[in-house]
Amino acid sequence: MTGRRGAFGALASLAAVGMTGAALAAPAAEAPVPERLTACVACHGAGTSATEGVPSLGAQPADYVVTQLFQFREKQREAAPMNDIAAGFSDDDLKAYAEAVATLPAPAWSGAAPDDALKARAQAIIVKHQCTSCHGADLAGHDAIPRIRAQREEYLAKALAAYKSNARPGYDPAMNEVAQELKDDEIRDLAAYIARL
Amino acid sequence: MTPNPSRGLAVAVACLGLAALGPLPGMAQETKATAAPPASVQVDKGSALYGRPEGTGAAKLAPVAGPPIATAAAKLPLDRLKVPDGFKVEVYASGLANARSLAQAPDGTVFVGTRTVGKVYAVLPEAGADGTHAVKTIASGLHRPNGVAFHDGALYVAELSKIWRYDEILKHLDGGETPQLVYDDLPKDEAHGWKFIAIGPDDKLYVPVGAPGNIQLPPETHAQIRRIDLDGKNAEVVARGVRNSVGFDWNPKTKQLWFTDNGRDWVSEDIPNDELNVVTDPGKQHFGYPFCHQGTFTDPEYGWGHSCSEFTAPAALLGPHTASLGMRFYTGTQFPDAYRDAIFIAQHGSWNRTTKLGGDVLVAKPGSDGKVASTEPFLTGFLQDNKYVGRPVDVLVAKDGSLLVSDDYNGAIYRVSYAK
Repeated sequence: MTGRRGAFGALASLAAVGMTGAALAAPAAEAPVPERLTACVACHGAGTSATEGVPSLGAQPADYVVTQLFQFREKQREAAPMNDIAAGFSDDDLKAYAEAVATLPAPAWSGAAPDDALKARAQAIIVKHQCTSCHGADLAGHDAIPRIRAQREEYLAKALAAYKSNARPGYDPAMNEVAQELKDDEIRDLAAYIARL
Repeated sequence: MTPNPSRGLAVAVACLGLAALGPLPGMAQETKATAAPPASVQVDKGSALYGRPEGTGAAKLAPVAGPPIATAAAKLPLDRLKVPDGFKVEVYASGLANARSLAQAPDGTVFVGTRTVGKVYAVLPEAGADGTHAVKTIASGLHRPNGVAFHDGALYVAELSKIWRYDEILKHLDGGETPQLVYDDLPKDEAHGWKFIAIGPDDKLYVPVGAPGNIQLPPETHAQIRRIDLDGKNAEVVARGVRNSVGFDWNPKTKQLWFTDNGRDWVSEDIPNDELNVVTDPGKQHFGYPFCHQGTFTDPEYGWGHSCSEFTAPAALLGPHTASLGMRFYTGTQFPDAYRDAIFIAQHGSWNRTTKLGGDVLVAKPGSDGKVASTEPFLTGFLQDNKYVGRPVDVLVAKDGSLLVSDDYNGAIYRVSYAK
């Protein structure tokens, strides 16, 4: 689903990684949060991503970020350039980055509110598939369950499609289980609505 | 979501065991707020969440997987763990992220499967200077390799839908060996798809296939335990009506298969219990799912038209939502005589319950008739202030008669021994 801009985003990420490779390879144990995240925010933004295909990380629960960095390191989840970035991370690195990421401000949707028809459809889908059961009533996540509200629309759609096809094995299989029943138009509505919260 | 107060009341009444009281018109208004109607009419039955009622109490409950990083040895909750007088508990091995099912080679090497991190570990038999045992990662990149079994020098590993054999594994503990595919005629459902496996006294490989969701009429291929020859041939169903078994063992006297089974979610905080079951007539018994739970409770949806007397009743009840997983008969001689042929059962602990329950190791002791005479806590302390500080998954009787317990939350194995 990555178009030209998505490919450019990945290239930009690689460039950013190259520039700070030394810092990433041996992160200082006592590095202050902004310094540790310099390379991350180059692509992901400081909480809200402006790059297509690259998710916003702000206020993401640290336990969830650890699971994803772990999956990147172990190549359980494949998403260039994150597999290369995480390849050299120690367990302590995973935790330190995750805790730092969790301190970034939560992403916010700045455009128009979702229209009533989309809202009605999406809320019915959320009830049907019980999204709030794990992600919380406000879809802000907790523990190892991610914040999804105000996440980028195309990233949400891609994630749901990849869970459905099992191309992306969840750290825990919960999303692979529930996504099996999702229809393409439901994925489209969920992504559009949740991105606009 | 259309509210349906009458159905909500019916469920509430059934759960409270008040059905015999007849209509309770005065309760309708009160019941609406506390026991909202199930969302079941709209939720797809393939979902693990199928059956969850609406309402804020239920919405706070969700299964949360443990971390992919093992707890440092010095930070393990050892000082919280309690065992009966005369027993002691210590750390056997640490640093095994997501340590789950256990199997043992004759030389004492212990193999450990995982569910979320794709690895299989070997724990070496010789203790180091600090009394703990070194760990090697013998395979990685596997898909939910929860099940491990050892037989004739080979390690069998069960992924979600494939079972592999690593020949002469003790010569290849540094990894890199190419395993042989044994069996892959298995569904690929993620829900209840991770497997416990074991090889029985009949030299057959026993493989459970869980129900692909919380509560549903499962396909013929699911909700069962089957056995296959060690070359993967001649699969046959041993037990039906099994929702999700993640632990079994054979009675050392009768050679009968005993297994734990996880009860359905979302009916009530307090029912149904997880079950301990016995297969007395392989291939002929149905253990109730989805029609009857805990041997006494017909399912509010699938139980209609059935009676629990149609199904094999459990040998013991193990508490509601306790996630009773690994179980082993005590065949050692280190523990006192009262533990001979008793069953140790690891309870991972509930998620589908406001006040958590489980998160400990039980012991079910047999009476003179061979039936379960009592179940009592054995290793406790993993649950503190309604939070888990560790979560037991499997138990194993070590060669020296001590009991090993895996903890997937901390990525550790504990050893319980007796010295009096």
